[in-house]
Amino acid sequence: MIPELGHFALIMALVMALFQSSIPVIGAAKGIDSWIAMAKPIARLQLFFMLVSFAALVYAFVVHDFSVVYVANNSNTALPLIYRVSAVWGAHEGSLLLWALTLSMWTGAVTVFSRSIPKDMLARVIGVMGMVSVGFLLFMLLTSNPFDRLAIAPVEGRDLNPLLQDFGLAIHPPMLYMGYVGFSVAFAFAIAAMLGGKLDAAWARWSRPWTVIAWIFLTLGISLGSWWAYYELGWGGWWFWDPVENASFLPWLVGTALMHSLAVTEKRGTFKAWTVLLAIFAFSLSLLGTFLVRSGVLTSVHAFATDPGRGVFILIFLVVVIGGSLVLYAWRAPSIRSTAMFELFSRETALLFNNVILVVVAASILLGTLYPLLLDALGVGKISVGPPYFNSVFVPLTIPLAILLGFGSLMRWKQDKPARLVKELGLLFVISIVVGSLLPLLFSRYEFGAAIGLMLAIWITLSTLKGLRLRLANKDWSLQSLKSIPRSFYGMSIAHIGVAVFIVGITLTSIYSEEKDVRMEPGEQFVLNGYSFEFKGASSVPGPNYIAQKGHLTVSKDGQLVATMYPEKRVYRVQRNPMTEAAIDAGITRDLFIALGEPRGADGAWSLRLYVKPFIRWIWLGTIIMALGGLLAATDRRYRVAAKKSADKEATA
Amino acid sequence: MKPARKKRLFFIVFLVAGVTLAAGFAMYAFNQNLMFYFSPTDVKQGKAPVDKLFRMGGMVVEGTFKKEPKSLKVHFDLTDYEKTVSVEYEGILPDLFREGQGIISRGKLNAGGVFVAEEVLAKHDENYMPPEVAESLEKAKKKLDNKAKNNQQSGITETTK
Repeated sequence: MIPELGHFALIMALVMALFQSSIPVIGAAKGIDSWIAMAKPIARLQLFFMLVSFAALVYAFVVHDFSVVYVANNSNTALPLIYRVSAVWGAHEGSLLLWALTLSMWTGAVTVFSRSIPKDMLARVIGVMGMVSVGFLLFMLLTSNPFDRLAIAPVEGRDLNPLLQDFGLAIHPPMLYMGYVGFSVAFAFAIAAMLGGKLDAAWARWSRPWTVIAWIFLTLGISLGSWWAYYELGWGGWWFWDPVENASFLPWLVGTALMHSLAVTEKRGTFKAWTVLLAIFAFSLSLLGTFLVRSGVLTSVHAFATDPGRGVFILIFLVVVIGGSLVLYAWRAPSIRSTAMFELFSRETALLFNNVILVVVAASILLGTLYPLLLDALGVGKISVGPPYFNSVFVPLTIPLAILLGFGSLMRWKQDKPARLVKELGLLFVISIVVGSLLPLLFSRYEFGAAIGLMLAIWITLSTLKGLRLRLANKDWSLQSLKSIPRSFYGMSIAHIGVAVFIVGITLTSIYSEEKDVRMEPGEQFVLNGYSFEFKGASSVPGPNYIAQKGHLTVSKDGQLVATMYPEKRVYRVQRNPMTEAAIDAGITRDLFIALGEPRGADGAWSLRLYVKPFIRWIWLGTIIMALGGLLAATDRRYRVAAKKSADKEATA
Repeated sequence: MKPARKKRLFFIVFLVAGVTLAAGFAMYAFNQNLMFYFSPTDVKQGKAPVDKLFRMGGMVVEGTFKKEPKSLKVHFDLTDYEKTVSVEYEGILPDLFREGQGIISRGKLNAGGVFVAEEVLAKHDENYMPPEVAESLEKAKKKLDNKAKNNQQSGITETTK
């Protein structure tokens, strides 16, 4: 009964989405006020039906309703409650449902925080989001219904993949989807503005906080995924350039470019056409990412052939969304005029270069991700593009970006003088080079790459602090004057410091990590990077729904005990798959990481993988700082004031 | 030319040059880092290069997995049911590695015809088969079927597994 209710709610949501994508848009085009006024209530009704539908699926998981195919395939009576809930988005159908729910939640948020936006513009924005909703709901109802029933319900479910039975991965997809789908708001604003023919600074100001908030979620979502891969997969890596990861990184790169370009459009009224294009691309890549990961194309392009309905629908949907918006763009872009001029040496130019670099990076990653799929689909051959390609493209392109960051964030709008910049920053630049090139001497060996990474991090930090100092001008560092600086400036500065922290993390981890696979007998010692690992043996320990082999090691440095670590190898009872549960001793300057391999010989020996990973925590710390900066920027006074002003106006009118 | 025009021209030239450079650079890196996939049959037929990285996939032949007692070196055979290649690997195998399982490995072929793996991948559950492996198994199976048919036609019976 409940699953049918969920199914019915899903159909009702589709009906609402159809209304939502037509009535307000037509109303706005023809100037019919009563139709325009329908936008908000319809969008909220759609959200209501989506919530009912989602709740129905959650309920089916909670009560073990194995008559629902999707539940039978992804759950089990022994699965703890929290993972039964997260199993809702553990596979294709449910994750689409989560996606569609997220979309209607963002739409709902737009209806609430939109008091400063003219009614017809808002109607168009909600209408465009409704169109995207129609696409997703149709896709689900036609090809991937999560509420499909089995004629005879099995007694027991096939359980959730043990890899997914983890808190990090339980919250990773919702975070990621909040980011992906959040870009639909920026996309809807761009399309709505083109439909209405009004692309002005106000448009940029409206969509800017939405874009930043979506970007925050995406940043945190990607970061969570990376952290999960690090501690759960047992390989000690934090980024593999896997197509699944690239699929989330692509919208992030373009979204970052969009955030910066929106700044120019808001403050200076230029880059309008380009900003619109970026908004289209950011959302298109989000769609592509969702489908790449969830359609099974990545495990095999032939998944398309086994289920042609899904594949064809996805292709048509992508073509309609991307093609449709580009056609609209081609039609409207010539009429978009930028009024403000700027000189070659100006902040605008710096931000343009930022955009170009980010887009080129995204394009090269897209090439490396899609080209093998394309070749395979055409039957030309099987190739794979490994991490060396991505590293050799990513690293050299981001170095100029980091240098530019320091200069660009201090440049003035419209026109600046090189002499001024050199005067303000020259000394700091030299300091960064000198200190950065000396710091690697503190490590086990001198590496040129480490020097470059540290130089960049110091340069970004110093120039950002200098920017803050210049903002204070003649004032002192008192709380009063610090308060006078707008929150968005702090946001930018903090996010840039986050970049610096992140660079330190990836540089030092990539260069100075030590890794060794060893065979150890009980009592044996192995020294890695100054840390002495002693293997005490392994024993069998039962867990709640698995049996574990538990290793026991002590790690000491210079005769002092540093950590006692217990890596495990678990075999889950239902799925019978072994899982490596690495032992990690986290620290701000280094992580110790041990993964248990397998028994080797009769004398109690085991194979073990040992790692010493310097500064790896800084990677995730950096992304958290970036997200924090984004949060400050998104809640800047001018967005709140604008919202309040028009609310007051509404109240007095 | 007016100074504003000149500036804009300079600007565009600079931008185009930069993007071209980046694109050329990316293409170069791309070509350098492409990795090809070969099945054991391809390898036995000499299609795979010697001493160059590539990927090979297949089923781990039952009863061929051997560990060396005092090191982390292991040996096993990989087959697509038509041809079999010996593989050597030093290190820790993934959790899901076992005999009779489809795997993919990355490595180089040495002069002796042994595939020296740098990485062994076995993903997902026991029912999962890497797509490349599934396809090469499919191909090999078709060949065997055809062979059996031909043999039957010529009056010779042969049992093939």
